[in-house]
Amino acid sequence: MATDIIIHDQKDNVGVVVVEKITSKQDCACWIMENDDSTKIQSLDEIPLGHKIAMIDLKEGDTIIKYGHDIGKVIKSIKKGEHVHVHNVKTKKW
Amino acid sequence: MEIPKSFLGYKRENGRAGTRNHVIILPVDDISNACAEAVANNIKGTIALPHSYGRLQFGADLELHFRTMIGTGSNPNVAAVIVIGIEPKWTKKIVDGIAKTGKPVEGFHIERTGDIGTVMKASKKAQEYVMWASEKQREECPMSDLWISVKCGESDTTSGLAANPTVGNLMDKLEPMGVHLCFGETSELTGAEKVCATRGATKEASDKFMKTWSAYNDFILKEATDDLSESQPTAGNIAGGLTTIEEKAFGNFQKIGNCKFVDVLEPAEEPKKGKGLYFMDTSSAAAECVTLQAAAGFNIHLFPTGQGNIVGNPIEPVIKLTANPLTVKGMGEHIDCDVSKILSREMNMSQAGDELIKTTMRVANGRLTCAEALGHKEFVMTKLYRSA
Repeated sequence: MATDIIIHDQKDNVGVVVVEKITSKQDCACWIMENDDSTKIQSLDEIPLGHKIAMIDLKEGDTIIKYGHDIGKVIKSIKKGEHVHVHNVKTKKW
Repeated sequence: MEIPKSFLGYKRENGRAGTRNHVIILPVDDISNACAEAVANNIKGTIALPHSYGRLQFGADLELHFRTMIGTGSNPNVAAVIVIGIEPKWTKKIVDGIAKTGKPVEGFHIERTGDIGTVMKASKKAQEYVMWASEKQREECPMSDLWISVKCGESDTTSGLAANPTVGNLMDKLEPMGVHLCFGETSELTGAEKVCATRGATKEASDKFMKTWSAYNDFILKEATDDLSESQPTAGNIAGGLTTIEEKAFGNFQKIGNCKFVDVLEPAEEPKKGKGLYFMDTSSAAAECVTLQAAAGFNIHLFPTGQGNIVGNPIEPVIKLTANPLTVKGMGEHIDCDVSKILSREMNMSQAGDELIKTTMRVANGRLTCAEALGHKEFVMTKLYRSA
């Protein structure tokens, strides 16, 4: 089965869509680069290439982990399978 | 894949080697651009490097101006240089700086002669230089003569996922060959700065990096009138799926693979500690960064992009790679190396690194980059503050 989503690090709570887009309610195949593991997730939104999907439920104030590192904070709760981007995540830097 | 041991380059008087054989017409200041461009128009095979500055600068900003001018002329991709400025003193300072490499260089000043007389004199010299340079032959040079700079642009998540780690893979494979390497983009390491600092080869290098990053960050915060979300990430980055500066920074940082940096350079400063990876304090704007790296003596550039940055440089060939299949499809004329098969998992990182090494060798040996074929010659001086 083709890979729809790539996750950098086992600790990450988001994955990146690597096909042109995934549609809402799609069963997606995920590949974890760090340990060459696989997992599955059902999407709740249409998400384009390069954009992120939440791998778990996230609430306001939670930290987004990608590359195994802190890349920002959740400003609006996000359900597992939803699109993660500037509408629900913000930098902690400026 | 067996790593190549040599490339075909132009050996220079000071022992360095070039991947190109340019004769450049270098204006000292903004008002000498017209003369420089007229000379380049007269004498085929020369290039003028017009820019916007060089008058009434002072202090560190003036020092950077001279360092960039002298460094650009001294780059081994340049065979010979004509320098044209309004006044004799600053013109001579740049000529003398370039002359230390032993390459042919001559300066002309416009005051008391005017544009037309200067263009005539400089054109005669430029013709002599370009005909002399045209007889230079490529010779076998060791890999350690490659000085490779890197900078990414119009990044998206595919950059951090695949194109940047491809560059990192190349660095890991070529560093043991004695290559000089350079990364920069101080502001775009924000969020990953502490992790980056741990990659200093010595405590001194790590401390110098943190000091440099903090100074740049303080400057940004002082000048910022908003929260910078409009500039970092850029609209292009956001369209490509990058959400925060931290995410961009960790993606950016993938470019150095597992290498450790031996020293931190001022903008346009030539590395002095031998082979290995250097960090240079630069802006993250593509043309400014590449111009500074070329002025520090780097002779070939790797530029991973996500959404499709199109930058080039007049003297340092800029090789573009991308992992974004939509960028390959929509603007393939800008992409020298397509690593989009990493995303479909038809190519692994090591295979992608090998592909990039092959492309780099072909360009080092003389193949034109997409940016060269398309005429991209962005030469952009970094200005530190207002002139007097």
